[in-house]
Amino acid sequence: MSHRTFQGGIHPHYEKQLTNTKEILPANIPDIAIIPLAQHIGAACASCVAVGDLVKKGQRIGEPAGFVSSPVHASISGKVIAIERRPHPLGRDDVTSVIIESDGKDEWTDDLVENTEYANLTADELKKIILNAGIVGKGGATFPTHVKLSPPPNKKIETVILNGAECEPYLSADHRIMVETPHDIIEGFKLIMKILCVREGYIAIEDNKPDAIKAMQSSLDDLRSPELDVQIAVLETKYPQGAEKQLIKVITGKEVPSGGLPMDVGLVVQNVGTAASIYEAARYGRPLIDRVLTVSGLGVVEPKNLKARIGTPFREILDQCGGLKDDVVKVIMGGPMMGMAQHTLDAPVIKGTSGLLAFTKKEAVSFRGQPCIRCGRCIAACPMGLAPYILGTYGELYMFEKASETSVMDCMECGSCVFICPAKRPLVHLMRFVKREVITSRHKEKLKKEKAEKA
Amino acid sequence: MSDNHLYTVSSSPHIRAEDTIAKIMYTVFFALIPAALFAVYNFGYKALFIIVLCTVSCVFFEWAFQKAAHKEITALDGSAAVTGMLLALNLPANIPWWIAIIGALIAIVVGKQVYGGLGANIFNPALIARVFLLISWPVDMTTYPAPTPLFSAVQDAVTSATPLGAVKMKILMHAPITDAVAAFNIKQLFFGLHGGSMGEVSIIALLIGAAILFYKKYITWHIPITYIVTVFVFAAIFNYMDPARHAPPLYHLFSGGLFLGAFFMATDMVTSPVTHKGMIVFGFGCGFLTILIRAFGAYPEGASFAILLMNLVTPIIDVYIKPRKFGEVPADA
Repeated sequence: MSHRTFQGGIHPHYEKQLTNTKEILPANIPDIAIIPLAQHIGAACASCVAVGDLVKKGQRIGEPAGFVSSPVHASISGKVIAIERRPHPLGRDDVTSVIIESDGKDEWTDDLVENTEYANLTADELKKIILNAGIVGKGGATFPTHVKLSPPPNKKIETVILNGAECEPYLSADHRIMVETPHDIIEGFKLIMKILCVREGYIAIEDNKPDAIKAMQSSLDDLRSPELDVQIAVLETKYPQGAEKQLIKVITGKEVPSGGLPMDVGLVVQNVGTAASIYEAARYGRPLIDRVLTVSGLGVVEPKNLKARIGTPFREILDQCGGLKDDVVKVIMGGPMMGMAQHTLDAPVIKGTSGLLAFTKKEAVSFRGQPCIRCGRCIAACPMGLAPYILGTYGELYMFEKASETSVMDCMECGSCVFICPAKRPLVHLMRFVKREVITSRHKEKLKKEKAEKA
Repeated sequence: MSDNHLYTVSSSPHIRAEDTIAKIMYTVFFALIPAALFAVYNFGYKALFIIVLCTVSCVFFEWAFQKAAHKEITALDGSAAVTGMLLALNLPANIPWWIAIIGALIAIVVGKQVYGGLGANIFNPALIARVFLLISWPVDMTTYPAPTPLFSAVQDAVTSATPLGAVKMKILMHAPITDAVAAFNIKQLFFGLHGGSMGEVSIIALLIGAAILFYKKYITWHIPITYIVTVFVFAAIFNYMDPARHAPPLYHLFSGGLFLGAFFMATDMVTSPVTHKGMIVFGFGCGFLTILIRAFGAYPEGASFAILLMNLVTPIIDVYIKPRKFGEVPADA
């Protein structure tokens, strides 16, 4: 099993040694928390507090809008001083944020429900708890977890994979929570399996995290329940090993069909951090108000793993790591392969913030794209079996239809092609451009069709 | 960390592998140095003169064209230097200097820049130039000096038949090829102490260069090995059927431009297929055409023509041979 692998992929410098032996430290509670009302994929929340309201830690401040949405909670206690647009780390600057000024007391809201008998909760009760706790995928994609755990009845789920691969370079947040709180993760994993009524589970970890594998294994031995069949799957260290479809292929040999979802082959994949949050919500009633993130890069004076409140501005996080060095040119939320470059340090930590990287000139190399020399490396690197060089060219030539026929929509923007390209072509950028155009034109066509049907 | 600090915002990914086009090109150039050094050893300083002349001319013509066409100047990205070096290694050592310069002009301008420069050319530029020269000045292009190793007593160049030329001569005279084949032993062929184009003669020097490219992963086995194995297999079949007309397989392997072509010209990224499967088809095509021309054509050697013809097929190969798409299974209904 450990030697099965997926097609394509790359071997970047991982640079995890900057933080992977450092214990998770609690970050300071921010004086002012900026809590965006959209921290998940899906519709933004509607604010359910008003300026001047006093709120407590864990109190709901944003109501979900629709099924694919997730509530937002206050991460500190204090007073709502503004509800306005603020810089959003994913560039969603149309999103409103609730700004809370701390009262310094850091008090929990009093309606938290502790439950030592959480193992006896039913699947529906658990799903409700997960929804109310505002839990979303903490790997970075931030898909609402309760949705992922509610597959339609015709999709039978057979296996759950807990994703601790953490294949993005620099990041060590998942690594550290596996080392430090394996109990919470495994208890959360058991709840996930209960919700989905599955017996078979895998905990996927890349072989560059031997201490995490050991900690998870020993915790698993302690907590093993006889009715569950859970094992650790040790994976080759290769990017993007942690991508959902690749993970499923490596562990089960199943291939999620093009355009499909893991549930189409009977699988659900959840991040290790998400499992820990599920445990905290079920056991202590605590909503998702903080998360572990890796602060790293050569531009950070003292790289760390911090557990920070949602809404803590990046500036404060970086200050707690000794601040930035003078030659920082780029600040990235997330990993270096799929993370988002930030234009300001005023953006806050959100539920999907797995890391905050400060890159110096040495790391954040920039290039002018050169002509493609058809070396074919992008093809060899593409985990989805696409031909990025030609898709990029279709983008340059505005040949959207052709690109759509050539499966551009299968691109998951992992960045392997750009990483490996000797001509330094901005292939992922072109792919995003093409995908957006394709989605727009499909949408337009759909509207046209509907209109025609009505008429 | 001042408030008005501006950070770079760009699309992910934010890290890149270290290879660049220039790095690849100069490594290929470097990998050709063993063959070039052997050419100088084997054919004297005039070989060095032609190699330098071709390289410098190619870089110059690239610069001049880009200047004249108001394009970005990329003459020093290494690709023109590689073309110049390859062109030189494809010429006889005693080629007149002005023919070499015309070759460089053809390679860069007709072979590459008119298509749009690096990455846009259909044919391998050095091979286009070689074939152009071969057709235009057939005598100069096929008069090969006998090796006059540096520091050896022999100084006056005499012309000498190439191994494949000797065989083809016998065939054209309807004579058995046996004595022609016997005149060159395999060891001699392997080390390259015989007449031929400057860079093609020494198999060992070419293998050292190829090892560098394999080590750097700039070439994969798919094209060169398929190419060479195909030639070997067909040579063996022909030789078995009619040993009086067809040279033995190892003789074919170690003579002519096969190794230079297989490792350094058929593998040209721009003009060969992008997928590994496509590369195998390409390598087979090169091998099949090479042995066909050698065995039944009017020319003694066919590697240049074979590679150029397969360059033409490359776009079709890339259209029909696609990488296997992940999830290319019928979605269950």
